Amino acid sequence: MYRQRFLLKLLVRKELKVRYRGSVLGIIWSYVKPGVQFIVFYVALGVFLGLEQSSTNKSGLPNYAIYLFSGIILINFFTEALGNASRSIVGNGGLIKKIYLPRQLFPVASVWVSAVHFFPQLLILVVACLFSDWHPSFLQLLAAVAGFIIIALLATGLGLLFGAANVYFRDSENFVDMLLMIATWASPVMYSWTMVQHKLGEAWYSIYQVNPITIAVETFHYAFWLPTTDGSAGIPPHLLSLWIPVGLLVSAAVLVWGQLTFRRLEGRFAQEL
Amino acid sequence: MTTAIEVTGISKQFVLRHTRSLKEAFIWLIKGRKGDLSEKFHALRDVDLVVEQGETVALLGFNGSGKSTLLKHISGVMIPDSGTVRTRGKVAGLIEVGAGFHHDLSGRDNVYLNGAILGMTEEQINERFQSIIDFAEIGQFIDTEVKFYSSGMYLRLAFSVAVHTNPEVFLVDEILAVGDEPFQQKCIAKIQELAAEGRTLVVVSHDLDLVSRICSRGVVLDHGHVTFDGSIHDAVAKLRGA
Ligand SMILES: Nc1ncnc2c1ncn2[C@@H]1O[C@H](COP(=O)(O)OP(=O)(O)OP(=O)(O)O)[C@@H](O)[C@H]1O
Ligand SMILES: [Mg+2]
Repeated sequence: MYRQRFLLKLLVRKELKVRYRGSVLGIIWSYVKPGVQFIVFYVALGVFLGLEQSSTNKSGLPNYAIYLFSGIILINFFTEALGNASRSIVGNGGLIKKIYLPRQLFPVASVWVSAVHFFPQLLILVVACLFSDWHPSFLQLLAAVAGFIIIALLATGLGLLFGAANVYFRDSENFVDMLLMIATWASPVMYSWTMVQHKLGEAWYSIYQVNPITIAVETFHYAFWLPTTDGSAGIPPHLLSLWIPVGLLVSAAVLVWGQLTFRRLEGRFAQEL
Repeated sequence: MTTAIEVTGISKQFVLRHTRSLKEAFIWLIKGRKGDLSEKFHALRDVDLVVEQGETVALLGFNGSGKSTLLKHISGVMIPDSGTVRTRGKVAGLIEVGAGFHHDLSGRDNVYLNGAILGMTEEQINERFQSIIDFAEIGQFIDTEVKFYSSGMYLRLAFSVAVHTNPEVFLVDEILAVGDEPFQQKCIAKIQELAAEGRTLVVVSHDLDLVSRICSRGVVLDHGHVTFDGSIHDAVAKLRGA
């Protein structure tokens, strides 16, 4: 176990070093990119498109830029983690078919690398929140941690699954890309959950809510966006008591499923790659 | 004497033509799984091999006879279709030179990464680091990215890391081909030293003179069958005669 931790650490470090090799700003890029992204959202969507709540647009969301960004960074994390994890086995094929080593480290390392890229984005979000008079409670921060864990487990589970499947069918790479595109729209990142409830009705809304990504995005809204508003918007009912446990459970189940599938398929990696 | 490697009746089939698209697989499925999805052939057929601890064995045979495939089964990279492979102690495989090396990392980073891949702990690498670069004679280039190394330097570092993993069983596939004369001598001396310490050695090489110097036993493979198993000189003679 210790040996695996050390190897995992080196694999993550390798990935980060290789990513930023030959660039002057290096890891600072991972601050610049989300920072610029936030400013673009704020100006283009909040100011130009007028999605922000104002006297002329009563139905808009207050602090829309923060609403959007808190969801986006989580989706960014998920997209990068799952996308890279799905490609990690094929990408490291040269090694896997020559040396025996614990192969599940590659998808796991991809998720860790994405987590390293997630934290600068989180920092930008927190700075933006502080400018908007943010005062979260301890419970709200805890909910955000749960949301992050939900996404990390889900990305690892699906990453193991599709990483292994990709060895046999390269189609799964494209399938994952499609899945990731849907993920952005199938969770309340750009819009509010109340719209879904109004349009779909309670039954379908419950199904929509089971999606762990939806739950995780809502925990981030609850932790980062809600405490910057007057709090009148409200959060989905039973988010803490029901949906967070459901999200953790679904993600954990996906992780177990991914691990079992990976174990079943990994015996033939060396010859198929 | 204890047995280091015990390969019992392993067979391995490979497919000749891969189906990589879901479409073909789907058509095959709805047609009621008729026929085989792909053609197959035996890369290894009923191979038995018992290697005692401290033995030095050369695997010989022509291109495509299954030598590398057999080594991959011993190292655990591949799993046989039937039969069993059992090994004792830590196995280090140098299936190919510097398989775990990354071009964009410095020699130093690569020593750590490759060492960890081959199963060393952080303390072990720290402890042996100086000895690794001394053996490789890399010196001041250790912080240069390995893509700027000459192929010989690259090989030296890779070989040096591998011998410092201190394995009980050492698998070597065609790695002594590069490297200048003095370094080759050094490698051979190191391998002989390992063998003298009682390590088990399985070497694949087409350099018959070289293997006769470092190995005492020769196993000849032909189309996945073991056709000869005996002293290295007889094995080399058989291969040359054939
Ligand atoms: N993953 C694979 N899928 C399909 N066929 C394979 C695979 N790996 C090896 N083979 C086939 O198995 C046979 C044996 O290959 P192997 O690499 O073991 O030969 P070798 O004895 O090491 O040859 P060489 O002397 O050229 O290194 C070859 O015909 C090769 O094409
Ligand atoms: Mg070979």
